[in-house]
Amino acid sequence: MNLALPAFTPALPELVVLTGALALILFGAIRGEQSVGMIDVAAILLLAAAALLIALMPGGRLETFGGSFVLDDFARFLKILALVGAAAALLMALDFWHKEHQRRYEYGILVLTASAGMMVMVSANDLIALYLGVELMSLSLYVVAAIDRDNLRSSEAGLKYFVLGALSSGMLLYGASLLYGFTGTVSFAGIAAAATAPSIGLVFGLVFLFAGLAFKVSAVPFHMWTPDVYEGAPTPVTALFAAAPKVAATALFVRVAIVAFPGILPQWQQIIIFIAIASMTLGAFAAIGQANIKRLMAYSSIGHIGYALVGLAAGTATGVAGVLVYMAIYLAMTLGAFACILAMRRKGKAVEEIVELAGLARTQPLVAFLLAALLFSLAGIPPLAGFFAKFYVFLAAIEAELFTLAVIGVLASVVGAYYYLRIVKIMYMDEPAEKFEPMAPTLGLVLGVTGLFVIFFFVYPAPLIAAAQVAAKSLF
Amino acid sequence: MMVGWPILSVVVFLPLVGALFIFALQGDDEATQRNARYVALWTTLVTFALSLLLVAGFERATAEFQFVENHYWLGGTIRYHMGVDGISLPFVILTTFLMPVSILASFGPIKTRVKEYMIAFLVLETLMVGTFCALDLVLFYVFFEGGLIPMFLIIGIWGGARRVYATFKFFLYTLAGSVLMLLALMAMYWQAGTTDIAALLTHAFPRPMQTWLFLAFLASFAVKLPMWPVHTWLPDAHVEAPTAGSVILAAILLKMGGYGFIRFSLPMFPNASELFAPMMFALSLMAIIYTSLVALMQEDMKKLIAYSSVAHMGFVTMGLFTLSNEGVQGGIFQMVSHGIVSAALFLCVGVIYDRMHTREIAAYGGLVNRMPLYAAAFMVFTLANVGLPGTSGFVGEFLTLIAAFRVNIIVALFATTGVILSAAYALWLYRRVIFGALEKKNLTGILDLDRREIVVLAPLVILTVLFGIWPAPILDTSASSVAALVDHAKAALAPAKSALWLP
Repeated sequence: MNLALPAFTPALPELVVLTGALALILFGAIRGEQSVGMIDVAAILLLAAAALLIALMPGGRLETFGGSFVLDDFARFLKILALVGAAAALLMALDFWHKEHQRRYEYGILVLTASAGMMVMVSANDLIALYLGVELMSLSLYVVAAIDRDNLRSSEAGLKYFVLGALSSGMLLYGASLLYGFTGTVSFAGIAAAATAPSIGLVFGLVFLFAGLAFKVSAVPFHMWTPDVYEGAPTPVTALFAAAPKVAATALFVRVAIVAFPGILPQWQQIIIFIAIASMTLGAFAAIGQANIKRLMAYSSIGHIGYALVGLAAGTATGVAGVLVYMAIYLAMTLGAFACILAMRRKGKAVEEIVELAGLARTQPLVAFLLAALLFSLAGIPPLAGFFAKFYVFLAAIEAELFTLAVIGVLASVVGAYYYLRIVKIMYMDEPAEKFEPMAPTLGLVLGVTGLFVIFFFVYPAPLIAAAQVAAKSLF
Repeated sequence: MMVGWPILSVVVFLPLVGALFIFALQGDDEATQRNARYVALWTTLVTFALSLLLVAGFERATAEFQFVENHYWLGGTIRYHMGVDGISLPFVILTTFLMPVSILASFGPIKTRVKEYMIAFLVLETLMVGTFCALDLVLFYVFFEGGLIPMFLIIGIWGGARRVYATFKFFLYTLAGSVLMLLALMAMYWQAGTTDIAALLTHAFPRPMQTWLFLAFLASFAVKLPMWPVHTWLPDAHVEAPTAGSVILAAILLKMGGYGFIRFSLPMFPNASELFAPMMFALSLMAIIYTSLVALMQEDMKKLIAYSSVAHMGFVTMGLFTLSNEGVQGGIFQMVSHGIVSAALFLCVGVIYDRMHTREIAAYGGLVNRMPLYAAAFMVFTLANVGLPGTSGFVGEFLTLIAAFRVNIIVALFATTGVILSAAYALWLYRRVIFGALEKKNLTGILDLDRREIVVLAPLVILTVLFGIWPAPILDTSASSVAALVDHAKAALAPAKSALWLP
């Protein structure tokens, strides 16, 4: 019997984050509420350190824990993205908690454990690691959604997320058990070797697994929780939900589909095509009527997941690279938009209605300009970054001859453009409302960086695209 | 000709630098506004001067792309590839020429948010010139589509009463057409393995695919041009846009559609172009006759000119799809001429709008008594719009009609009635606004053109007459490239034609 310890090096970033989280819990428990600021900053630093570690790790493909955990270029790319998203969300939360007089040190720590879960998800190479990652992330996020525990909306959001999330976890587990039953293995490579032809049990398992994953990325028809949770959760939490967990769940979705089921591509391809079309259309049409900007962002995120899945539907390396580019750009756009939403404060209170942005171009021209750039980018108008994101996924769809998907997708993007333009119209063409409170420097930083990123992405897009292509290749 | 520095990129991006400079200006007082105006004016003037270097260095005898720049951009074959040939150069110059005119024309009317206005115009110039210079499909699309953003803001912020409706309609119509073109671009990349326009010009796409690609490009260019029946955004956008916005919209943005047909549809999908030529003729005739009739009934001056634009663009599409030297040359000339004349007409409407704040035709009459200079300038442009020999409007219409006669007499016959109808609406407009007795009380105090307005309109008058009696500068510039294009298309069609004669 081999009792030698497994190699920990590939999982070092995860260990750093988790050990850090444990240390911070102790620290928080001893120091109490005064330690909030320090814990949040420490958490951001830990996330940054983990991202740096990943960047510095030796290249190539590293496996450990008996092959259930893998660190390849794909994982590196997406882990860094998820960590950046989580760190930015924490950074944006600092000011909010301070102004709302909510000082709970658990928040930073829960974000850390959720991030560890995300990293495991991205690296998961068998069904067990997959489930562990998903649950570690989800359980942390359920609590985070309800972190404002005296607030009815927040508690409701947390409970709703938990109940529906538990259901989806159940489906995911059921699918995983079916797959294990019909292939005799939990490892993705093993499943791929066994699943060369579709069988009824295999397809059943696949469908349940995908249903669970679709819930995590909030794709139609498993999106119902998203608008309510996004609206109910405190805004910094919504910013977190919209960014990092989506990246991680999409990564997992892509890895499972590509690595574990290459043999039955036509079977899962039609599922993804349906999910993508449904998400893009529902995201576009349902967002039109929204008055609350967080709800609007929820539908927007549903739509964007639809676009990202277009790349997965292609099932090719180009498609996966498209998904990666999409998620990177989506992350920047979402974080920037939420920085603006968090800055919508009047008389010490946060406001969430879209009409509150009226005339922002005259009261805060620079903020309005950057937000407008982000919105045009979300709509996918060139030369902004969002266009290139859409370009690569649709390019992959055309290469895979998925013409119907591509045509419906671009037409949905025209419908979607309408609601983003409506916000621009409110900012630029309506009479100014009362001025917002000055923006916190942390929010300004996030908005500035993301805004400049989407505006100037076209000048030198090659590094991101090349990195995504390298990352995508490691799956094939 | 080789130049030591990237002249095209400088022409394209100089306005952007100006925009950044204005962006950096602080404050919102009188001085800042004045600075913003002059920075914008000088930037566009310098850009125009630099673009004249292109004309000076342009080799007319060759159909090759010139002043080519080719750099690494997105990776793969998607590169930053820029260059001009005889087809695109006239449009580049038209753009750089009309920008300072538009900026100067905005000095008086635009009083609010001047900084943003000038930034939007300068960004728009970069995108428009870029569209005409891009030699890569993706790069082209980025410039082509990017122009929507500044125009959306220009109409929506500085427009008239129904500006929000108009600007949304403009944006969504154009976007809906363009995204289909985007898919076609990707399909071309997938089929040909390159996005390089110069390489694609000689690539033969399979015939069934050509049909789909043609239709997808048509969706975009027909909206942009605009062709009947997808022209309905244009009257709204024109009426609501500020004067300079209308000028740019009519003079340049519409031309992107026509340019697109010449650059992509004709040379890359010759078989489909031939297949759909009857449909294009029919749509052109509908545009020429129907929108001319609609123009007759308009009570709003800007709307009338907008409908007349649709009719004039009908001549362009008719000429282009004859697939002949005269037709394509005539189409290009018609577009350049319409760029100058429609811009001038919108500026003329702007002149009296700034004074009376109404565009109702019925609100005017007898202006010649108080505004002789204005009446004279307006007359030149009206006659050019009618297509009177000796004005630039004549040459293009004449060439396209000749080409149409050779291909299909019936088409030409119907199109000729458009000339008559255009005389009817344009001259009637002129009579109602300029002639007659000066009866309306509030018009008695109206002033003639001031110095700034004279400076704005004078170059347009000169060019309208000059190109009318001496069209060679434009025709010579485009001759080689057009000849190469037509030869190439004919050569692609020849095997198909001869195949028909086989037993």
